[in-house]
Amino acid sequence: MSRNILSQKTYWFIAFLLIILFILPGAIPRFYTYILAIIFVTSLLVMSLNIVVGHGGLFQFHHGAFYGVGAYTFALFLTKTSLPVWIAFLSGPVFAAIAGMIIGMFCVRLTRLYFGMLQISLGSLLWAITFRWYSLTGGDDGIHGIVMPPLISSLNNAYYFILILTILSIIVMYLIFKSPFGTTLQAIRDNPERCEAIGINVRRHQLVAIIIATFFAGIAGVLFVVLEGSVFPDLLFWVFSLEIFIMCLLGGWFTFAGPIIGAAVMVSLRTFVGIYTEYWTLILGVILILLIFFLPEGLWGYLMEKLGEHPKQSLKEGN
Amino acid sequence: MLHLENIYKSFDNFIAVNGANLTVKKGELVAVIGPNGAGKTTIFNLITGQLKPDNGRVVFKDEDINKLSAYQICRRGIARSFQIANIFPRLTVFKNVQVSVLSQEGKSKTLFYPAKKIAVEKTNSILESVGLTDKAEYPAASLAHGDQRVLEIAIALGNKPELLILDEPTAGMSPDETSATMKLIKDLSESQGLTILFCEHDMEVVFNVAQSIMVMHQGETIIQGSPEEVRNSKDVQECYLGVG
Ligand SMILES: Nc1ncnc2c1ncn2[C@@H]1O[C@H](COP(=O)(O)OP(=O)(O)OP(=O)(O)O)[C@@H](O)[C@H]1O
Ligand SMILES: [Mg+2]
Repeated sequence: MSRNILSQKTYWFIAFLLIILFILPGAIPRFYTYILAIIFVTSLLVMSLNIVVGHGGLFQFHHGAFYGVGAYTFALFLTKTSLPVWIAFLSGPVFAAIAGMIIGMFCVRLTRLYFGMLQISLGSLLWAITFRWYSLTGGDDGIHGIVMPPLISSLNNAYYFILILTILSIIVMYLIFKSPFGTTLQAIRDNPERCEAIGINVRRHQLVAIIIATFFAGIAGVLFVVLEGSVFPDLLFWVFSLEIFIMCLLGGWFTFAGPIIGAAVMVSLRTFVGIYTEYWTLILGVILILLIFFLPEGLWGYLMEKLGEHPKQSLKEGN
Repeated sequence: MLHLENIYKSFDNFIAVNGANLTVKKGELVAVIGPNGAGKTTIFNLITGQLKPDNGRVVFKDEDINKLSAYQICRRGIARSFQIANIFPRLTVFKNVQVSVLSQEGKSKTLFYPAKKIAVEKTNSILESVGLTDKAEYPAASLAHGDQRVLEIAIALGNKPELLILDEPTAGMSPDETSATMKLIKDLSESQGLTILFCEHDMEVVFNVAQSIMVMHQGETIIQGSPEEVRNSKDVQECYLGVG
C-alpha cells in the first residue's frame, strides 16, 4: 500500500523534474546549461558503472577507460573518416562494449580485488596507447574542434540531444534492472557461490553485465564529445575512474537512481569548489572517508531508509 | 540414482574424506550421520561441485559428474541447501526463490521483460508450501534465523530438483521449527516423491524419518543400511553411538 503511494509520488516528481529540465535552458545563463549537460553525461556514466558495481558487485575500478574508448571512437570516426554520422554515433558504444568484453573476459576469471587490479592495469594500457599514439589520437593534446552536425552544434541543441539520449538510456537501464537478468545479477552480487549452486553460470552473467555497462559508458563518451567538441587522454586516466566510482558510492550504489545524485553533487562540487582550490583530489579523499564512515549506503540509500522504503530491521525487531 | 565410489579429499595435509561410499536410490530419503568433522559437509560439497574429489567417482543418473562445475551439476537435477544460511540477504524473500525458479526455467538471461511477471505463481506456491508467504516482501537478511534456514530450502526447491541435498536443515532451529521442517521434509519425500539426501545431528529425527542411513567417521564410511541395520551394527556402536 504505502509503496504504491510512494511510487506514484515518484512518478509525479520525475515528470515535474523533466519539465523543469526541458524549460531551463531558456531561463538560465549558458554556463549553467553547460554544467547541467555535464551532469547528465556524468549521471549516465555513473549509472552505467553502477550496473556492475552496485547491482553486480564487481570491482569495476577503471570504468572511465570505456567512456574514453567511446569518446575517442566517435571523435576519430568523425574526424578521420567520411562515414555517415550515425555510424560514428553507433561506433562509440559498440567499440566501448567490445573493449569491455575483451578486458572483462580476463577480469571475470579473478575475484573481487584482483578483478579490480587487473582492470586498472588493462585500462591503463588503453590510456597509455591513447597517450602515446600521437599520429592517431593526438597524444596528450587530444583532438579539439571536432565539428558536430548542424542539428546539434549549438549548446542548447546539444543540451536537448544529451538530455533525451540520457533519458532513453536510463529507461533501458531501468528495464534491464527490473528484468530477470537484473534480478539474477543482484543475486550474484549478494552471493555468487549460492548462484552457482542454483544453476547460474556466474562468470558468463557477469561478463554480459560488463558488456552492457560498457556499452552505456560508450554512449556517455559520445555525448561528452557532442558537448565539448574535443577528447583528451585524461578521460581514460585512472583518477577519473576513481572519481566516478566515488560518485557511485556517494549516491547510493544499492539503489537505481542514487548515481544521479552522486554525479550531480560531485560535478557541482568540482565546478564551484574547484574554482577556489587546486586541491580537488584532496577534497575527493575527504569525501570518500566521510562516506565510508557516515553514509555506507550513500545519500539516496540513506534517504530511502529514513523514508522507510526498505523495511530493513523491522521484522527482526517485531519478533 | 546417485553413487559415490571410494571418494578421497584432503585439504593441505589433512584428509577430510578418506574412502567414502554412498548410494541413493530414486525416491529414497537418505541420511548421513557422523560426529562433528566427520566429513559430511565435505561429501555434499563434493557431490554438488563446490569441491572436486582427489580420487573416486561421483555418478548421477549414470553420468560421471566429477568434472562438472557447480552450476552444471545443478542443471543436471541436484539442488542443495547449506549448513550455514546461504541466501541473498539484500533481495526480498520472494526474489530469493524467484531467482532460482528463473534459473530452472532458463530465463535468467531475459533482458526486456519485467521480472515481476515471470515465474510468479511457481515462486508463490513454493513460499506457500514452506510457510513464508506473509514474509515475501521483506529483505531476506531481516528474517529470523529459523526462517532463513527455511528460505534456504525454498531456494533449493525453486530448482525443481530430482535430488535434494540438505546439510543439517534444522541446525539452530527451535523445537517447533525443527518439527515443522522435518514435517516438510517428510512431506516432500512422501507426497511428492522427491529423492532427498540430508545430514543431521539429532538421532531421533534421523532414525524416525530416514529409509537408509550412512554413518561416517573420520572421513570413512562405516556402514550404509536401514535404520535397523545401523542400530544393530557393532562398528557403529563402537565408534559412534557407543560414545554417547
Ligand atoms: N576448506 C577446508 N580447508 C581445510 N579443512 C577443511 C575444509 N573444509 C573442511 N575441513 C576439515 O575437514 C573436516 C571435515 O569437515 P566437514 O565440514 O565435512 O565435517 P562435518 O561432518 O560436516 O562436520 P559438522 O557436523 O561439524 O558440520 C573437518 O575437520 C574440517 O576442519
Ligand atoms: Mg557440516
